[in-house]
Amino acid sequence: MFEDLSTRLELAFRSVTGQARLSDVNVAETVREIRRALLDADVNYEVARSITAAVKEKALGQGVLATVTPGQQFTKIVYDELIRVLGEQKEDITFSQVPPTVILIAGLQGSGKTTFSAKLAKMLRDQGKSPMLAAADVYRPAAVDQLRTLAGQIDVPVYSIEEKDALRVAKEALTEAKKNARDVLIIDTAGRMHVDSDMMDEVARIREAVNPSEVLFVVDSMTGQDAVNTAREFNQQINFDGVVLTKLDGDTRGGAAISIRTVVDKPIKFMSTGEGMESISPFYPDRMAQRILGMGDVVSLVEKAQEQYDEVQARKLQSKISSNTFNLEDFYGQLQQIKKMGSMRELVGMIPGMSKQLGDAEIDDDAMKPVESIINSMTIEERRKPDLINGSRRKRIANGSGTTVREVNDLLKQFTQMKKMMKTMTKMNRMGRAMEGLKNLTGQRKLH
Amino acid sequence: MGIFDKLGFGKKEEKLQEGLEKTRAGFLDKIGKALVGKDRVDDDVLDDLEEILITSDVGVKTTLEVIRRIEERVARDKFVSSSELQQILKEEITGLLKDNEADRPAEFDADLRHKPHVIMVVGVNGVGKTTTIGKLAHMYKTAGKNVMLGAGDTFRAGAVEQLRIWGERAGVTLIQQGQGADPAAVAYDTVASGKSRDADVVLVDTAGRLHNRRALMDELGKIKRVMGKVVDGAPHEVLLVLDASTGQNALQQARAFSEVVDVTGLALTKLDGTAKGGIVIGISHEMSVPVKYIGVGEKIEDLQVFERARFVSALFERTMPSA
Ligand SMILES: Nc1nc2c(ncn2[C@@H]2O[C@H](COP(=O)(O)OP(=O)(O)OP(=O)(O)O)[C@@H](O)[C@H]2O)c(=O)[nH]1
Ligand SMILES: Nc1nc2c(ncn2[C@@H]2O[C@H](COP(=O)(O)OP(=O)(O)OP(=O)(O)O)[C@@H](O)[C@H]2O)c(=O)[nH]1
Ligand SMILES: [Mg+2]
Ligand SMILES: [Mg+2]
Repeated sequence: MFEDLSTRLELAFRSVTGQARLSDVNVAETVREIRRALLDADVNYEVARSITAAVKEKALGQGVLATVTPGQQFTKIVYDELIRVLGEQKEDITFSQVPPTVILIAGLQGSGKTTFSAKLAKMLRDQGKSPMLAAADVYRPAAVDQLRTLAGQIDVPVYSIEEKDALRVAKEALTEAKKNARDVLIIDTAGRMHVDSDMMDEVARIREAVNPSEVLFVVDSMTGQDAVNTAREFNQQINFDGVVLTKLDGDTRGGAAISIRTVVDKPIKFMSTGEGMESISPFYPDRMAQRILGMGDVVSLVEKAQEQYDEVQARKLQSKISSNTFNLEDFYGQLQQIKKMGSMRELVGMIPGMSKQLGDAEIDDDAMKPVESIINSMTIEERRKPDLINGSRRKRIANGSGTTVREVNDLLKQFTQMKKMMKTMTKMNRMGRAMEGLKNLTGQRKLH
Repeated sequence: MGIFDKLGFGKKEEKLQEGLEKTRAGFLDKIGKALVGKDRVDDDVLDDLEEILITSDVGVKTTLEVIRRIEERVARDKFVSSSELQQILKEEITGLLKDNEADRPAEFDADLRHKPHVIMVVGVNGVGKTTTIGKLAHMYKTAGKNVMLGAGDTFRAGAVEQLRIWGERAGVTLIQQGQGADPAAVAYDTVASGKSRDADVVLVDTAGRLHNRRALMDELGKIKRVMGKVVDGAPHEVLLVLDASTGQNALQQARAFSEVVDVTGLALTKLDGTAKGGIVIGISHEMSVPVKYIGVGEKIEDLQVFERARFVSALFERTMPSA
């Protein structure tokens, strides 16, 4: 359903090609297309209007560039405007001079606060800090249980009490953190509606009592038009320091990010991209802008891959993929690396529309288990040239590995799918670079 | 509304209106005045209508569809009174919302064709599936039905315990195999127990999953299929839960879930905030699936049977964001 913006603009611009200058007439139609694209991406109505107004002003009178299509040129203008709104650079959390650093987590129901609290604790722990969690959601059934289970997985202590008194939990947790020399205290609070004055009072009182160095507002990236209301209200009540966007592993455009940035001048600091404890990353405005415009969160993907991959191996792999010589031996070798990146699915999910494109090319991490034994039962020749593996060879391999022919078939099928997937990823990577190239156009443009 | 009166939940109307900051009640007067005696609608009225619909998350496509229908009606009928015009506007939008089906009544005291009547609850993460099940259990129980719950979310931390507490609150039996168990096995077990223990209604919870995760969606298909092996035609209802604050992505959700488990009804949660949940209009229209319930809070009684006319009125009565 979503075409990306530049494709749409190509259509709107059919008439412009060949003209020397962007004129009122062709700009008006294009601006309408942009506005619609922004609304489809859940950018707030008023905000979309102000963005298109800014874009229009910039676009009028610009010379039509010879090297790119007017659609691309316009996309670039919109892209720049979104970046401007989203904030130019990424921002980190503020740590207190005197430990513990207190981080207060708040937001609407079900936005992902508890999951994020645990992820943040894990991230900080991995960075050498000694975090503690406070279970200040005293309302939701099994909220404490949930936090305790997650904390158990990441080996971080949790402070909770029996009484239903969130303020007391927060205060006592702070004392406890000091006593045990924990240098970070992350307070998970109950989900609350911005219009629920009692609940908003509660979190404001917690804020006052524990004086956090960082208050984070957690927002579901699938949020629609109402994002402006909730962000504004939460900001008025608790004056948060930053925003966390969750569930970005879905295929939402995430236009709420633009809306929020427009109504409250607070940076988006983190993205949450899955249910697993490792699915957290800093926020990069440029990637978000690309995502909203439907260009895919390409850079994030590549960077995440790079973080986890051994550089040299990755490069080797890349050339093998593009030259189509990637074989089962490489597959086996890379399997462990890939698993370290988190789930393949999650990585692919960062590219809107990608999951659809891949069809059933699902890489299921559990299905990887018998792989080792199957590949071990192959001859070197077979590993290098999987095409050789015919019916009788499959039978032999199945016997040798204690698996079934079906499993061998599955593996071979999966391997082919993976090859396909990786090739697509390489392609997307190139698209990302093209986008970077587009960025540099600003320098060349002539206004009159 | 009858059932709520009986159950003593007659205060719901106010609850839905709670949290209003400012209202747009004036719009309907305005559209009336601007339209009387004309054969086309003023641009600024259409702009207002567009704003109201878009900011309610109705979406561009459906908004344009509504505007087209209004324009057509006005061009045809002309000289209509302002009250008639208000009526037309509401009718056109209401018309997009699919009617309920007779064999799957939303009312809790209605007779059910199947015994047990199996309801599977699905949706993306955090929309309110488990809470809605707790509320439904309470409603059915209060209406005199024998209810059984199945803890089919064996994945999310604390999910089984959360449903256990809801089951306790509602005073109904929970079938569970703990965290990490095979959700299809839990579903099978629940429906089987429901059948052998004479349950009228069986509610099966599932883990939240994003609709673009194919393996998880396939798992959902499997969970659904095993239920049919115990009771013919089960699940008889597949309820997709949507969060009212969700924007255009809800349409993607509805399409993907429908494809895999053939959604038969929608539940729209968290309408107690300022979000209007307008996306369900396009979804209900496109997928031809009725909205059955709305969630208006976190308490066990904060669930209502969906009423189209009230929902549509609320679009025009409730808060408008002014960025
Ligand atoms: N796919 C995906 N799921 C997420 C993400 N973050 C959280 N979730 C899931 O979303 C659901 C809600 O998350 P919670 O952490 O319980 O949300 P919460 O804000 O603490 O909820 P309340 O305490 O009830 O207000 C759970 O199923 C989580 O596993 C994310 O980034 N991606
Ligand atoms: N205000 C309000 N909160 C609701 C409503 N329905 C559910 N919630 C809250 O939303 C949060 C998530 O609800 P759950 O029932 O856990 O959602 P879920 O879909 O089961 O979540 P997962 O199983 O993690 O995917 C909880 O804090 C609920 O109390 C509603 O109608 N109004
Ligand atoms: Mg929570
Ligand atoms: Mg649940």
